[in-house]
Amino acid sequence: MVSVEGQEPRRYGRRVFLGVLAGGLTSFAWAPAASRIFSPLTSAGSQLLGNVLPVGGWRIYTISGSMPVFDPNTWSLAVDGLVERPVKLGYDDLRALPAAEQVSTFHCVTGWTVHNVRWRGIRLQRILDLAGPLHSARALRFVSSEHPYEDSLTIEQALLPDVMLALDLDGSPLSRPHGAPLRLVIPEMYGYKGVKWLERIEVVGEQPTGYWENLGYDQDAWIGRSNGYS
Amino acid sequence: MATAEPLRLRRFTRTERTLHWVHATAFLVLLASGLALYLPSLAQLLGRRPLLKDIHVYTAVTWAAAILVVVLFGDRHSLRRTMREMDVFDRDDRDWLRGRKTPQGKFNAGQKLNAAITAAFAVLFAVTGTLLWLGERDTRYRFAQTLLIHDWLTQISLLLFLGHLYLAVIHPKTRHALNGMTRGWVDAEWADRRHEKWSREVRKADRV
Repeated sequence: MVSVEGQEPRRYGRRVFLGVLAGGLTSFAWAPAASRIFSPLTSAGSQLLGNVLPVGGWRIYTISGSMPVFDPNTWSLAVDGLVERPVKLGYDDLRALPAAEQVSTFHCVTGWTVHNVRWRGIRLQRILDLAGPLHSARALRFVSSEHPYEDSLTIEQALLPDVMLALDLDGSPLSRPHGAPLRLVIPEMYGYKGVKWLERIEVVGEQPTGYWENLGYDQDAWIGRSNGYS
Repeated sequence: MATAEPLRLRRFTRTERTLHWVHATAFLVLLASGLALYLPSLAQLLGRRPLLKDIHVYTAVTWAAAILVVVLFGDRHSLRRTMREMDVFDRDDRDWLRGRKTPQGKFNAGQKLNAAITAAFAVLFAVTGTLLWLGERDTRYRFAQTLLIHDWLTQISLLLFLGHLYLAVIHPKTRHALNGMTRGWVDAEWADRRHEKWSREVRKADRV
């Protein structure tokens, strides 16, 4: 039997509108949980589609008009500042140095995460040993060829066991969007600290502020303990 | 009586059509520039991220302003009438959603749902988009979830858009409706089949 009320016109249109709106706005509270539930699915997909679809994968951010182009014949990494011997390392020089490998998680401050990223590259200690930092050295300034992007780490931070200058990502040389040929990796901090398209490391006595720090982001970008996260 | 059957029924006013096409154009530009920012392979191919970002942001601002202008200076009476049509679900609408072929009014229940969801999504896109824009300038407005929600909205609205496109230009039974949105009128015979209650009502009043 159909009730009389069931025959009346009902204002479902506005209810759907308001319901979707409420669902969307409250998702600020439940989106992380929902995304965790879906993440095993999306991360499996992203292994295959990682370079095509960013489902659970990388987003590429740049601050200038185009990404720097890597030419192995002319490229070099300069290490200078408060050092005994400023050095310039070519791509082959870097490849000849003893390499380290690690699997770590990459967190972006805007909320996306890539798990199980396989990096291969050079520990900072090797680079510093070549140049010989002076006693007054306190921090490292990492300069990108994507000007004016730069960031910095204290020497203690730069020597954390899982910090490296990465040459390879997931088994192949860094691609252009990922900062070819060399980028800084510091898994315990948000991605903006990991300068891509690295061209210069300046050893300095006082830690300078980087590109994003000048826009209000934290100098020490510890994951879960900085930039408003707690 | 010597008069022939009316062949065409007026379906959308110029204001309604303008509103639709302003929204559609903005959606496509935002989708294209958004995908170019969002998909790594496209981002690499195009490179020009700051330019694309500017296109995306200014299109969004233009969209909001244009909607406001159309509503302020257009035929608000027709907009109110249409909104009311879309708001109210009668028993036939509810049965239609359960899969029965009940006679439909100016909009079928699916069109009504699509309109309500599209409107809510527009607001949610605007809120999350504004937060993303502000968050880059002031960390107080940056929330970990904003980007995720903006992405979800994009993915769902892409599906809705593809469905809408299919029904509007491909599906033989419904594609005649596109005429209503481009020229403003539809064939009365088509309306008799697809929107029986509406065509009965307007055959008297809205002859073209």
